[in-house]
Amino acid sequence: MRAEIKSEAAAQIHLSLNGEVREVRSDPRSRLSQVLREEFHLVGTKVGCDAGDCGACTVLVNGQPVCSCLTAVGQLAGATIETIEGLRESSPTFDRLQRSFLQHGAAQCGICTPGMLVSAVALFEENASPDEAQVMDALGGVLCRCTGYRKIIRAVLNANQPHPESKTTTTDGAVGQRVARLDGRKKVLGQDIFGADEWPEDSLLLRVVRSPHHRAEFAFGDLEAYRQAHPGIHGIFTARDVPGKNCFGVIPQFSDQPVFAEREARFLGEAIAAVVGDSAAISALDLSQFPISWKPLQAITHPEEALKPGASAVHASRPDNILVGGRVACGDVDAALRAADVSVEAEYETGFIEHAYIEPEAGFARRVGDRIEIQACTQAPYNDLKDIAVILGIPESSVRIIPTAVGGGFGSKLDLSLQPFLAVAAWHLRKPVRMVYSRPESIRSTTKRHPSKIVCRAGATSEGKLVAMDFSADFNTGAYASWGPTVAARVPIHASGPYKVPHFRAVTRAVHTYLVPAGAFRGFGVPQGTIAQEQLYDALAEKVSMDKLEFRWLNALDGGSPTVTGQIIGGGVGIRACFEALRPRWQQARQEAAVFNAASRNSFRRGVGVAGMWYGCGNTSLPNPSTMRVGLKRDGRIALHQGAVDIGQGSATVVTQICAEALGAPLEKFDLLSGDTDITPDCGKTSASRQTFVSGKAAYLAGEQLKKKILKITGGCDCAKIHFLEGCLTIEDAGKTKSFDLRQLPLDERGYVVSAEATFDPATSPLNNDGQGIPYAVYGFGAHLAELEVDTELGTIKVLKITAAHDVGRAINPTLVEGQIEGGAAQGLGMALMEEFFPGKGENLHDYLIPTIGDMPPVETILIEDPSSAGPFGAKGVGEQALIPTAPAILNALYDAAGVRIRKLPATPDKVRAAILAKSAGNSADSGNSHA
Amino acid sequence: MYFRPNSLQAALDVLADTRATILAGGTDVFPALGDRPLSGPVLDISGLSEIRGIHSTTEHIVFGARTTWGELLAAPLPRGFDGLKAAAREVGSVQIQNAATIAGNLCNASPAADGVAALLALDAELVLSSRNASRTLPLTEFILGSRKTARRPDELLTAIRAPRRIENAHSTFLKLGARRYLVISIVMAAANLVVDSAGVIREALICVGSCSAAALRLTELERALAGQTAGPGLHKIVKPEHLVRLSPIDDVRATAEYRRDAALTLVRRAVEASAQKAAA
Repeated sequence: MRAEIKSEAAAQIHLSLNGEVREVRSDPRSRLSQVLREEFHLVGTKVGCDAGDCGACTVLVNGQPVCSCLTAVGQLAGATIETIEGLRESSPTFDRLQRSFLQHGAAQCGICTPGMLVSAVALFEENASPDEAQVMDALGGVLCRCTGYRKIIRAVLNANQPHPESKTTTTDGAVGQRVARLDGRKKVLGQDIFGADEWPEDSLLLRVVRSPHHRAEFAFGDLEAYRQAHPGIHGIFTARDVPGKNCFGVIPQFSDQPVFAEREARFLGEAIAAVVGDSAAISALDLSQFPISWKPLQAITHPEEALKPGASAVHASRPDNILVGGRVACGDVDAALRAADVSVEAEYETGFIEHAYIEPEAGFARRVGDRIEIQACTQAPYNDLKDIAVILGIPESSVRIIPTAVGGGFGSKLDLSLQPFLAVAAWHLRKPVRMVYSRPESIRSTTKRHPSKIVCRAGATSEGKLVAMDFSADFNTGAYASWGPTVAARVPIHASGPYKVPHFRAVTRAVHTYLVPAGAFRGFGVPQGTIAQEQLYDALAEKVSMDKLEFRWLNALDGGSPTVTGQIIGGGVGIRACFEALRPRWQQARQEAAVFNAASRNSFRRGVGVAGMWYGCGNTSLPNPSTMRVGLKRDGRIALHQGAVDIGQGSATVVTQICAEALGAPLEKFDLLSGDTDITPDCGKTSASRQTFVSGKAAYLAGEQLKKKILKITGGCDCAKIHFLEGCLTIEDAGKTKSFDLRQLPLDERGYVVSAEATFDPATSPLNNDGQGIPYAVYGFGAHLAELEVDTELGTIKVLKITAAHDVGRAINPTLVEGQIEGGAAQGLGMALMEEFFPGKGENLHDYLIPTIGDMPPVETILIEDPSSAGPFGAKGVGEQALIPTAPAILNALYDAAGVRIRKLPATPDKVRAAILAKSAGNSADSGNSHA
Repeated sequence: MYFRPNSLQAALDVLADTRATILAGGTDVFPALGDRPLSGPVLDISGLSEIRGIHSTTEHIVFGARTTWGELLAAPLPRGFDGLKAAAREVGSVQIQNAATIAGNLCNASPAADGVAALLALDAELVLSSRNASRTLPLTEFILGSRKTARRPDELLTAIRAPRRIENAHSTFLKLGARRYLVISIVMAAANLVVDSAGVIREALICVGSCSAAALRLTELERALAGQTAGPGLHKIVKPEHLVRLSPIDDVRATAEYRRDAALTLVRRAVEASAQKAAA
């Protein structure tokens, strides 16, 4: 029997979907993931790569986990399919797992969570009590970029333990509690709405035509003829269709990026045009046939070429290709280096690094009268609003940004991506327009971590006192400014590390090339600088024959000594405490490694490395305000207008904990209104590790103000206790209790019985030409210890353990802080060992490798709480801090194990092996140049 | 058009009449599309129960072409297939192993296919069927190069079979990648040693993958190993000159120089591991 299902023919495929027999109308060749989301509106199944590389789309087919992006729906006639929507209704195993995930903090952004949970359900069906290795095997096909996997492993291993309703309530003292994240439940149930998960029924689809060349002139062919030849196209938009200014940028004075390139494309992947129309017609288009002719031009891709005299200028306004430079200097560095008892010098290089969040950019825009509304994933709603107003040439009040849940950002979603295309198209067509980036498109066109080339030299006394450091770095900032100025400014301030360096000079440049723009990525260049500085200090310690941890402890910054910008921080400098906390494990681990190596008769060698870090929270010497609004409703509940975008790190929870503590109200009384620029004041960007510190402080002030206002109205004294009840308040004051009915009270102009709004802007001062001044009000400190094993014959590295000590001032929510540290360590491990993006090559998640569940060792977190005077309850940021010391600690451990330094990252097996062979051949033990 | 026949003959008829894309596990077909939908005629062979499952004949262990790596892992197989099972565990992830078929891995003919090296070390041969005929081809003659096979457009790969003389071999498969799980091999090595009751190697089958357009049997090494006693220290037989026919390339994963060096290490380790199993 020959069975033929014609593509056009409908109603021939029946399958069992979540326990119901359903008929499929989609083309049988369609990916199951697409059919689930588009036809059945089951958007709990996420799409991260469309290539089987990330596992986010995992569903059960006949009980077995498969990637629904790799399965044609036609293959499933008669099959049984279970998605997260079905499992959450019917599977007791799922129920145990989701509770465990919530309790353990195993979901951060939540985009990988459905795939993780569905895979774990399948594991439990086969094996009721799996061990850690079995959990890893079962979940090895699902990538997570936030958590560092360890809390996921714990959650699965403990799923069979009883889980009481996760703690989301506290009567007093919300601060310091391990409260389950307030937005966690919808994440573990697959119900959170990410960029791609919601769209108006009548939306048109948009796709972008992009440059296939690093640099090329182009000319359009007959666009109207193309449009007519392809029924279903409603509009084609190019630079000339941008109603306002065809230019945007995250830092207004450096704005230089067009929505659509004009005449010349400056990087491979740059947008040239958008094609918009009916979904089926647009997705079937072969955009390589779009009528455009290209004339490829010579493209500079390295800063060295870009800096040569006569090199063509990427932007006419920056003829030397230098976007901006940075400088910090104090003391007399040249004289001090000459006088130093010992000195070391080396050169370090890092490449482009991709953020690799599992959620590709997605969203929709619609025109509502003369306003534009954009619902998309973003880290910076008010930045988006301002730029979209400029692009459309409309007032800011005519733009509404509705942030969705963000499936990982790490800095890249600070910049506009698809919002301008959607806005321009929806503005002209007066119809909703949606778009989801493909994985290659996301990798090709969005910002990356800056490649760096760093030369540094440091000197010390023979007793191991640091005396001087001379540091210079060039960053490849790509074709457009993005956050290049921030990287150039931040790196010199931090290049000393958290140490006393009396004579110091750091000079940086952000250099344009014809490559994808480099922007913000967890740490704004500081991780690259720290990789150089912490390896160099390791070499210096060795040269003075000092224990490497003690060398760092000896030189560690304290509150009374000036930083390299001349700032005396005062309190809250916990770096010495971090090294002290690592000391016992450091000594034990070194001893264990020595015993292992002495006994080893094969090619395996173990080593231990340490590295420290510091990182200023908030913008560098610039205004940086957050505004929080909090209001008491007539039903006795509290509305918190909380605009600090939660990209998985947990700001929505932390900020609410702070406000609850300040107000003296239980957490469960809070209703969160998040992000929508029409209803929530500006909390700034989710960047620079500022949300707990800056927005948290604003929430503290708003909570405190609201409390005062309530007590004033009710006549209670300052020490009175407010009880928030159903429709009323009771005030407990000196043993007496008074009750106030809220239902009859008038509402204020904000629509609340009482409300408060507070703004916090940390105190900084401008830096002079030598970078002297107060760049940040608060700094986070930390140090990591890495233990690893090297297979010296293959050059492969297995990290065995990371011990992370962080001074966070005050851990508002220790579970969330650990989550940041474990996740940061995973990204640091990836940076050290496997991550590098080559523009134009490998724009997918099987060539661009990030750590899987099998690569992450246990992470032991030690929290130090040396409070900052400025932060709420003493809290400091930790988001970026967590990533910075991991890579240098690993590289120092590699040196300890195998005697080789990898100075050109990542330390892939081929580079490590080459360095080992060179060392045993008696050549330099270094990869990259060294004059040590 | 979308064809989903439930008999092999019907499937072969489709292939005789239409140049359809053959869809089995989908794990190579879909990623190759990028962001474009699957278009053109498709022959979905996932309804063909005739070419699924594992059985043995007097001469061969036979794998139906549509057998997934997950099914292979779950099947009780003689120890000579331990290396093949180890390779199966390295195919992508559980999700991929549950969908991807053995035949798909071979027909996709990636130089880094995990299954090819392991099956070459089992001296596997393939059955190719078309409407009016079928033929048997050694795997070595099937894969002609990177992404190139001897399959004619009207043929379907229907079975993979391994001669039973190897089923009690001492078998090892080693994969080297830059991370754990979901990783494309930088180098892999398979070593199957058929050893007699006196511990003497009767036949050695050694194969290296990811170091040439198609995985390569190291016949010179195999000859050098034959007649040796299988036991600790056997890796010393392996010499760099046994690997001279490898032609590795530089790519984003590793340099060619590294691949050659790592291949020697992996082959030594695989040979040693199989020898130690034989001596145990």
